[in-house]
Amino acid sequence: MNWTAIWVTFKLASLTAVALLVIGLPIAYWLTYSRWRWKFLVESVVALPLVLPPTVLGFYILVAIGPHSPIGRFYTDVVGQPLPFSFQGLLLASILYSLPFAVQPFASAFDQVDRKLIEASWTLGLSKLKTFFKLIVPLSTAGLITGAVLSFAHTLGEFGVVLMVGGNIEGVTRTVSIDIYDEVQALNYTGAAKTAAFLLVVSYLVLLLVYAINRNMWIAWPRK
Amino acid sequence: MAAEIAIDIRKTFPGRAIIRAQIRYPVEASTVLILFGPSGSGKTTMLRSVAGLEWPDEGAIRFISRTWLDTASNIRVSPQDRQIGYMPQEYALFPSHTVEGNIAYGLGCLTPTDRKKRVDELVDLFQLRGLESARPRELSGGQQQRVALARAVAPRPQLLLLDEPLSALDAPTRLQLRGELRSLLKQLALPSMIVTHDWEEALTLGDVMAVMSEGTVLQLGAPQDVFSRPANAEVAKVVGVETVVQGQVVANDNGLATVAVNGITLKGLGQGLCGTGVYVCIRAEDVVLEQAGSGMTSARNHLIGTVTEVAAYGVMVQVKMDCGFPLTAMVTRGAMEDLQLKAGSSVVAAIKAGAVHLVPRSS
Repeated sequence: MNWTAIWVTFKLASLTAVALLVIGLPIAYWLTYSRWRWKFLVESVVALPLVLPPTVLGFYILVAIGPHSPIGRFYTDVVGQPLPFSFQGLLLASILYSLPFAVQPFASAFDQVDRKLIEASWTLGLSKLKTFFKLIVPLSTAGLITGAVLSFAHTLGEFGVVLMVGGNIEGVTRTVSIDIYDEVQALNYTGAAKTAAFLLVVSYLVLLLVYAINRNMWIAWPRK
Repeated sequence: MAAEIAIDIRKTFPGRAIIRAQIRYPVEASTVLILFGPSGSGKTTMLRSVAGLEWPDEGAIRFISRTWLDTASNIRVSPQDRQIGYMPQEYALFPSHTVEGNIAYGLGCLTPTDRKKRVDELVDLFQLRGLESARPRELSGGQQQRVALARAVAPRPQLLLLDEPLSALDAPTRLQLRGELRSLLKQLALPSMIVTHDWEEALTLGDVMAVMSEGTVLQLGAPQDVFSRPANAEVAKVVGVETVVQGQVVANDNGLATVAVNGITLKGLGQGLCGTGVYVCIRAEDVVLEQAGSGMTSARNHLIGTVTEVAAYGVMVQVKMDCGFPLTAMVTRGAMEDLQLKAGSSVVAAIKAGAVHLVPRSS
């Protein structure tokens, strides 16, 4: 088994999950509580990675961070190296690719917090930010864990985006799914089978965790 | 400026009657205002606007010397800055917090020692000793209500807002807590506004009462006055109890209470009431009129009176009479003709004891 690829994959998935916890919370909060009439435009953008072929998403990200785009040039000027085919570029792509897997569970968890509880918190003098951390987050733990774990699992299995944005650099951007593809191309079915089985088991365990957590949480805090 | 609450708001909800409500009344340390009306009359919207949880399309809300809302000068004070205690329907206790955690929730600005002290005070005042670490779902309805009230008053608000405080309780608990709530409110010595659709609650708890219907305030006054002297037919319809007089329970035989009203004795139902002042409440539909000198009936109360006024409302006729206290009856036009009722005629009013509602009068 290619342990380097496994290490890269886990590093990528963990960082993506953490980043999405930070970025996804404000987005989900806004999507849940905003009364802006054009909100659905943003909702659709967030959900796009669910339906878009990874190659299409990867292609646009590649163009957006490439040397001909302002973002790409700015990054190269500041950091000194280009984003495409680097781990950082891959991380950015993964975050965008897994965005709905984090934001949607977050938003649906926030949505289930009774509006009356939030109002009660406001009348007790707590600002919207304090109410968020003291009330909404504790009541949404199941959804937050689900979102983080799902984005982790989703990143574990990503292929098309990695291939487009990350390339296939050993120790930098070669993830497990790419490694399996390489093994099959090289007709090394035994190696591919081992790695595939490993990914299958890990993914299954991760999903077990999600479902177990959700079940327990609902028993702990029945809704109505 | 005199200490008063002034509310004048307009709010439109799609598909519902426009709320156009005005109230202005003086407040003292513990004045209780009742917002009374059927569901959909706009009373909850009114309360939520005062809480800052609903933004009227236009209008102003002033509480003593502070302006909470004035759309004309673009003043909109957030609920956080109004220093109010708000208790929504069904209480909205935080399921993730214990009883203690719920009460301490709004006390973030106190030091841990002061916070602990304040929580202790409230646990004692609201008789929650032993339940400090329980979760809301482990509590009975009455206990939940006390926790919610304790949580609302913990940060020492200037105004307490209660939305249907007793409606989530079963009938016996409601009856018991109604009296407790009244004495608590007086003990806390802070003005409050209570939304209710229950006329007995309005009588027990209120100092001032605003009757609302279809988004407007129809009458504002002392509860007993509003009940016994409704400003117009619409108010009378909304409150639905035409006779409210003060009385004194003089005897009680297993829940069948004998009440003295202006020297007249009446039988009414009132478990556990004895020697207490009560409001005697009788609906006009429950009063049967008989010709003087007719035979026995099962009704416990037979009052001899003189008709003072007869007014027709469609097929029904409202008969006002003096039986030692003013009493109103509602009979059909045919019955009125058979009895030959007109101002000055003698009549006997029969009322079953079950139709004589006794509501303990607040001291």
